[in-house]
Amino acid sequence: MFQFSDKAKRFSWILIGIGLIALVFNFVSFGGAHGEEATHATEAHSDHGATPDAQAGDQAGHDAHAAQAGHGSPEAHGEAGHAVEGHGDEGHHASFAHNKPWSRLLVATFFFVAIALGALFFLAIQYAAQAGWSVVVLRIMEAMASFLPIPLAVMLLLIVLGVVNVHHIWHWMAPGISDPSNPHYDAIIAGKTPYLNAPFFIGRAVIYAIGWILAARWLRSASLKADAGTAEDGTRIWKKARQVSAGFLVFFAVTSSTMAWDWIMSIDTHWFSTLFGWYTFAGMFVSAVTVITMIAIYLKMNGYLPELNQNHLHDLGKFMFAFSIFWTYLWFSQYMLIWYANIPEEVTYYMVRFREYKAPMLTFLVLNFLAPLLVLMSRDSKRNMYFVMVAGTIILLGHFLDHFVMIMPGSVGTEWSFGLIDLGLVALYAGVFIQVVFRQLAKAPLVPAHHPMLTESKLHHI
Amino acid sequence: MHYEAPVREPLVLGNKSYHDVTVEVAKPIETAPPRSWWIAFSISLLLFLWGVGNILYTIGYGIGTWGLNKTVGWAWDITNFVWWVGIGHAGTLISAVLLLFRQKWRMAINRSAEAMTIFSVIQAALFPGIHMGRIWLAYFVFPIPNQFGSLWVNFNSPLLWDVFAISTYFSVSLVFWYTGLIPDFAMLRDRAVRPVQKHIYGILSFGWGGKAKHWQRFEEVSLVLAGLATPLVLSVHTIVSMDFATSVIPGWHTTIFPPYFVAGAIFSGFAMVQTLLIIMRKMFKMEHYITIQHIEMMNIIIMVTGSIVGVAYITELFIAWYSGVEYEQYAFLNRATGPYWWAYWSMMTCNVFSPQFMWFKKLRTNLIFTFIISIVVNIGMWFERFVIIVTSLHRDYLPSSWTMFAPTSVDIAIYLGTIGFFFVLFLLYARTFPVIAQAELKTILKSSGEEQKKHHSEHDGHH
Repeated sequence: MFQFSDKAKRFSWILIGIGLIALVFNFVSFGGAHGEEATHATEAHSDHGATPDAQAGDQAGHDAHAAQAGHGSPEAHGEAGHAVEGHGDEGHHASFAHNKPWSRLLVATFFFVAIALGALFFLAIQYAAQAGWSVVVLRIMEAMASFLPIPLAVMLLLIVLGVVNVHHIWHWMAPGISDPSNPHYDAIIAGKTPYLNAPFFIGRAVIYAIGWILAARWLRSASLKADAGTAEDGTRIWKKARQVSAGFLVFFAVTSSTMAWDWIMSIDTHWFSTLFGWYTFAGMFVSAVTVITMIAIYLKMNGYLPELNQNHLHDLGKFMFAFSIFWTYLWFSQYMLIWYANIPEEVTYYMVRFREYKAPMLTFLVLNFLAPLLVLMSRDSKRNMYFVMVAGTIILLGHFLDHFVMIMPGSVGTEWSFGLIDLGLVALYAGVFIQVVFRQLAKAPLVPAHHPMLTESKLHHI
Repeated sequence: MHYEAPVREPLVLGNKSYHDVTVEVAKPIETAPPRSWWIAFSISLLLFLWGVGNILYTIGYGIGTWGLNKTVGWAWDITNFVWWVGIGHAGTLISAVLLLFRQKWRMAINRSAEAMTIFSVIQAALFPGIHMGRIWLAYFVFPIPNQFGSLWVNFNSPLLWDVFAISTYFSVSLVFWYTGLIPDFAMLRDRAVRPVQKHIYGILSFGWGGKAKHWQRFEEVSLVLAGLATPLVLSVHTIVSMDFATSVIPGWHTTIFPPYFVAGAIFSGFAMVQTLLIIMRKMFKMEHYITIQHIEMMNIIIMVTGSIVGVAYITELFIAWYSGVEYEQYAFLNRATGPYWWAYWSMMTCNVFSPQFMWFKKLRTNLIFTFIISIVVNIGMWFERFVIIVTSLHRDYLPSSWTMFAPTSVDIAIYLGTIGFFFVLFLLYARTFPVIAQAELKTILKSSGEEQKKHHSEHDGHH
């Protein structure tokens, strides 16, 4: 049985402590800036005026808006073009600074939703594909999936706060934006209200949360139930788990995309990309596999999981390697097609990122693609626990930055910064994650006793 | 040491010895073909010849003999091209991706699936060739130095990337396929009684002696080729999708195209593998090797990839509305309700709804049902490409140039001709090549054979 050691407990409490300080600073610095907000916004504004480059960028954005609005009737054109300019120049900067602490929280929250949900997906895949090799790491995935309710609760809170106008990370939640009589009216956003409206948005989030959490709980409790029974019970429960997993995967196939549209894509409300859901999924999956591997190595290094051998490690390393490349493939597909076609309504997305977020964007490309490609290419490095740990840290940092660049530009624009507060919020989640996941791991044996493929996994050799 | 859980179904039925496997795999080559083979071969050959005649007619008179017009400049030609390239994907997926995922059930079907890949890529390559009009200048698709001044390929064009992608894909698939064949050709050489046959198979097997060193090199090469072929599976149809997605044509320019084309390709490829193997296992009595379980596994892949394609259709449709871009919205409205509505709904029915039947074990283990669905899926995937290509083109930005497309008899003949050509190649292959990778299959006989597995579980019971 795994024991949540005092050392690990202390470490996680320290992380939580650091994280709480970061959380306080996140919002206090915002409170302090509250009075300055107006000046700050004007400052940013005049900055813009001063830099011809930035101005050109804004102009491109406006052109795009106007071009898109132009698809409507001539009347709508004039109106929308006007309104867009209005909120583009003044409304945005004030709300950008205002959104910042909430956006930071959203980046960290979504990143941990992704890790827990990705683990649940991988768990379901093991059952659905009748995988044998992975039985010795199933409990790690179960424990990670049980973390889901915490970031999802924060996610729901963020959504509700957006709806009641505490922040406007999701630009379409700004009051009056789809009201033709309002000066902030935006014809394009108004066209999306059948999908992007508060009740439906909250309703969808609740449905996702219920579906995922129920699947995670069912798979966990079934696995524990099999421990208590006989070998026959193990096989029977395994067969049932295959059906439940298949059902969950169907639900996930739809919700993983709609969730990405809702929670991330709709931040840049005008922008759209059909690949976005799958792209988000790829990042989620590779982050989750990385965390699974790192927990497995932690357990192995502390003398647990004697069943886990180098071959399992090698296979997990292959997943980290292959899906890092898969993520890059999707990143490139989306980027290249939008760059190549160069249509204003699409290309603004990358223009803003390339101009304002160049450093994090180029960094995550190196961390998410080049680093795993070079570090994990060889067989020997995938079988070396220290190498995999280093590669895992790089991959996680890279995907955190990727989420940062997905979320920040649309919600805080040029007001972004990356520093201790962002990392502190990750530390907060990481601390709570360790508390929850390790407590779950300590509740039951690390290997499911009556899984019908257990012997296959124990004898796994490649 | 390879251990297999008792809960897994056996992959080789009956009580087979190594010798039984050899004899049964060599049998179609060493005996006269059944009458059904001759019938199938004659029909295919006739179709093929009809196609050849029409290809020659096209080359002689130009592509004005096709149904293309000023607005719809691409239609059946490129539809057929994409369809055939897509079908090829299953072979590479089975031989490379399933190898990396250690799916032992691939061993009974990989040889024929890889053969199918090669034969279908040949059909695909025909279409861009004859579409050029002046096929005798086809070498200009390659970036070769020439004396005509600055006449040079356009590296910005995805059509050129296609040339590279498909020629690489074809070469790697061929090498991969051939590497696997070497030990099996050696087996045929050792059994051959007629000197000519012995000589031919002797040359084909490159002097294979079955030494430990030979096997070690064999396994190493297989693994390296699998590693090379895996990104190729993704890259080929990705680049095919970019032929469309880099353009600014509503319905073509959409970012989901690369992975969605790959999923669709695997989907149609597995359907074609089903069509071929269901006939072949019956014709050559291979039911103990290509079992119902193999059919079931492939049906599950068809169901999964069909559903992925379904999610992509719905995503495209939804985002077209969500984008707020009038042209995008109209392109999809026109697909679903315009004059080509029947093509769109054929595609939806065949590709998204029909694979959902495979959720039921009764249906996915039923041979006749599987055979029908495999044909339906391939019809659906043909319609998918037709819908993407023709419905996006026929109503362009300028309503005065809106028009319809109708194929001519030449279009139809060339398409059916490639089907004939494909089956001619496949039927010849089935008579002269070992259709099951018997050397590989023998490696799992002890762990996955039906009788052998029974012994294992009895043995386990005694403990």
